[in-house]
Amino acid sequence: MKYARMGSEMRTPLARARGLGSAKDGASHWWVQRLTAAALVVLGLWFVCLVLSLLHADYASARAALARPWNAVLMIAFTAAMFWHAQLGLQVVIEDYVHTRWREIALLVLVKFLAVLGALACALAVLRVALGS
Amino acid sequence: MAEFTLPKNSKVKPGKHFPAKPGAKQVRVFRVYRWSPDSGENPRLDTFEVDVASCGPMVLDALLKIKNEIDSTLTFRRSCREGVCGSCAMNIDGTNTLACTKAIGDCRGREVNIYPLPAMPVVKDLVPDLTHFYAQFAAIRPWLRTQSAAPADQERLQSPEDRKKLDGLYECIMCGCCTAGCPSHWWNGDRYLGPAVLLQAYRFIVDSRDEDTGTRLDELEDAFRLYRCHTILNCTRTCPKGLNPAKAIAEIKKLIIQRRT
Repeated sequence: MKYARMGSEMRTPLARARGLGSAKDGASHWWVQRLTAAALVVLGLWFVCLVLSLLHADYASARAALARPWNAVLMIAFTAAMFWHAQLGLQVVIEDYVHTRWREIALLVLVKFLAVLGALACALAVLRVALGS
Repeated sequence: MAEFTLPKNSKVKPGKHFPAKPGAKQVRVFRVYRWSPDSGENPRLDTFEVDVASCGPMVLDALLKIKNEIDSTLTFRRSCREGVCGSCAMNIDGTNTLACTKAIGDCRGREVNIYPLPAMPVVKDLVPDLTHFYAQFAAIRPWLRTQSAAPADQERLQSPEDRKKLDGLYECIMCGCCTAGCPSHWWNGDRYLGPAVLLQAYRFIVDSRDEDTGTRLDELEDAFRLYRCHTILNCTRTCPKGLNPAKAIAEIKKLIIQRRT
């Protein structure tokens, strides 16, 4: 498995080790993963506080709390950061463990599409509550 | 995706048993992985009862005693017997380490299990095929790369402070314990360079005499070559020289961020 992707048996070990060379990319992925993680620490704490403050609240007051501008903005930020971070993390997991090329590509595309859809759906839901439509 | 059948030669079967000679004073049991490419058989685990009272203190001493006195076909690499050549790297008592610096008395298992370095093709018995490991090392071009001519009649100078930055890096003997213990290298070793090679890469990146730092970072900045390191830290835990490859990798990542911001 490990050596299956190395190509022809006749290539020299150095040619196989060099492969297609460096993509000269990957730092932004790594950096954004850390950035969204840091954002999620803060936003996660805020989210827990919000949920705790809504204990025993009825539907109307929970809706009103979420509709407050700060809460709406932070909720959209929280869901966006979460989907962004999840998508980056799942990409790494898939690249690590899925070694059949077509499955790997299909899963990577699927995860990204689902993450964007999820983030958009969350944003729309919050906006509808906040803007009252 | 997932493979549900094990690759050939994955199943290790029970092997021969060599009981201690009569009159042995202090018997310790060693279970050693054996596989020969010529036999066509699956690998087996041979059991050797060794009288450690008449044996040196290290696991390598026991292996040599087995080879000298019990089974001369046992195959393993060894050379310096003092932890500077890296030849006798193997998996002892569940950890990748050097047989020559691992004391028999420090092995916690009732029986001392000895396997070749994991996730490397096996040549025979305890001898792993390190071809790809060395090729990855060669791929980072591990030597001083300079454009400026060396000063006349003297070596390239380095301040004591700059020399200090190489401490904890130059000691690496390329035994392969860390790379063979890294799950990221197990799954993606064809592209991920692994802790040993990345530590070596960092050794030249921080060397004040080197003039090719940017190119070195360019060559490493890759989702697979460098960023497959997920800070699992098996490398640092297993290093028989007490080095910290994970820290070297983190420093490379920091430098790549530093030059972008």
